[in-house]
Amino acid sequence: MADETSWLIDFPAMDRVDLRMLNKGIDAGFKSFSREYGQLIENLFDPLLFFLVWLEKLLLGAPWFIVIIAMSALAWAGSRSIKVVVGVILSFLVIGYFGMWDNTMRTLSIITVCTLMSIAIGLPLGILMARSDRAQAIVTPILDVMQTMPSFVYLIPVVMLLGIGKVPGLIAVVIYAVAPIIRLTNLGIRLVDKEVLEAAQAFGASPSQKLFGVQIPLAMPNIMAGINQTIMMALAMVVIASMIGVKGLGQPVLKAITNQYFSMGLFNGLAIVALAIIFDRVSQAYGHRLQEHRRNEHS
Amino acid sequence: MSDNIKISVKGLYKIFGSEADRMVNLVKDGVGKQQLLEEYRHVLGLKDINLDIETSKLHVVMGLSGSGKSTLIRHLNRLIDPTAGEILVNGKDIVHLNDAELQDYRRHDISMVFQRFGLLPHRKVFDNVAYGLNIQKLPSAEIKERAMRWIERVGLSGFEDHYPTQLSGGMQQRVGLARALATDADILLMDEAFSALDPLIRTDMQTMLLELQTELNKTIVFITHDLDEALRIGDHIAILRDGMMIQQGGPQDIVMNPADDYIVDFIRDINRGRVVHLEKVMDSEILSGVEGGLHATMALEDALPLVTSCEAQCLPVVDDNGKPIGSISVDSIAKAMARPGDAPTTVIR
Repeated sequence: MADETSWLIDFPAMDRVDLRMLNKGIDAGFKSFSREYGQLIENLFDPLLFFLVWLEKLLLGAPWFIVIIAMSALAWAGSRSIKVVVGVILSFLVIGYFGMWDNTMRTLSIITVCTLMSIAIGLPLGILMARSDRAQAIVTPILDVMQTMPSFVYLIPVVMLLGIGKVPGLIAVVIYAVAPIIRLTNLGIRLVDKEVLEAAQAFGASPSQKLFGVQIPLAMPNIMAGINQTIMMALAMVVIASMIGVKGLGQPVLKAITNQYFSMGLFNGLAIVALAIIFDRVSQAYGHRLQEHRRNEHS
Repeated sequence: MSDNIKISVKGLYKIFGSEADRMVNLVKDGVGKQQLLEEYRHVLGLKDINLDIETSKLHVVMGLSGSGKSTLIRHLNRLIDPTAGEILVNGKDIVHLNDAELQDYRRHDISMVFQRFGLLPHRKVFDNVAYGLNIQKLPSAEIKERAMRWIERVGLSGFEDHYPTQLSGGMQQRVGLARALATDADILLMDEAFSALDPLIRTDMQTMLLELQTELNKTIVFITHDLDEALRIGDHIAILRDGMMIQQGGPQDIVMNPADDYIVDFIRDINRGRVVHLEKVMDSEILSGVEGGLHATMALEDALPLVTSCEAQCLPVVDDNGKPIGSISVDSIAKAMARPGDAPTTVIR
């Protein structure tokens, strides 16, 4: 009796042997794919690697005060705020004093490259999604998967394909961080006032005049919020990326986790926080400055 | 067709929905708006619209919300494509223009003013007025000259470096008007252009539009839901209801001969004395032996005190050359100014 009704209690799962065969099949398939095309794909990313290495060498090779001056100048250009600039200078001085300068420079370079790459991928994709409901229907679930899939899971195929090192780390970070800029570009363009768009059309604006003259400028607050989120998520990924050989502030944190070095973990963690706050304040202040026309609104 | 027709709309249908082309035949066979919505899930926007718009006239299309008036005006510059029908502008069909031709048509032949202004919030007043000219990629010296001229013309000198959000509604719509006029298009579409403004500003803007029109002689298609506005500015009025044209004519025709009860309701509270001119209500009898007279286009309310103050209670009506063409009496003025349709059924003795 019990035997006959056991399928009511235990889920009628696939046979264990079959499951093992399936897993093996998928793994073998992917392995042969990566054996076949791994090198090719790696070569594809060579220019990116070249740029990343160049930037890292530049930041590491330059005198520290030049880097601080350059950072302060960038912060000033973005935010026009003395407070932010002073914050940047102090943060870098403290980071340097606590011996985390080199790792911070490495993290800075990979975050910069990841952000640029995310913008390069995310902006056109977001524009495409805003223009076509079908594209939106296809891309949205993919973004959902990318954002909710535990990042360790997609580290596996990336490592199988490209091994460990900078490029796979970069790809892992971009996969994780690109979603907000895509989503917010799409949203921003879709939220553009229909009447303003109609006006542009009524005066004979071409599709590109509409896109660059109306849609992107009016979507800018949302796009900037997307870039800001992308940077934050990229920074959050540096620790995980360090597991596949990305050098930077993530590596000492990883070492601290495995060896229970509390203070080491804390200091490097705080350095990541400092970078995050700097990026956040500068990009937000820049976003606000773009919205100059919203000041003194007539009520 | 006479030469002074600028825009001619013929048998225009617009149905919203995925199978509009199939539905249009059903509508032509007599399926109504309600049935189309309930049985076929399609919305009837416009049904068999025929409309001729004369050159250099201010043509008002009036209707309540949902009547299809905004849909109709958007067909004239193809912001909306028709389901069936023809639209001729200067005798040329604009329904089948390709993308490049359409772009060209919108840049040079037709411009538009929007209800909520449709200004670019991130650009200053100057750049907004210059928008149509920038789109055309004109030389910057010419853009500057033309934009500044129109900014001055609508009374916004000194505001060219402000952002639109820093201006009041009336001023923003002046920017919208200047932007539309700056392209020098012959046709000006105005979609409820003054409806978002408060009454005093609205009257100012109407006055400004009429002043500009005496000088510019544009062909203007003006959409409104406000009959007072329609009667004040329109040379010609078309009334839409549920996507159908129910009456067309001059302001006086609408008031004197409403086509159906719907329009009667509409014009109930209108000051008829201001809209109707003597020529519409005068008697054909020529008074002999009386010198002078009232001009045929004088409004009834202006004529009334003059007629009552004269002994005969009756004065001649003259044309532009002072030649008598009829006469007007207190009686006929009083009859014309009475509301139609709700005469009291009993007279108290």
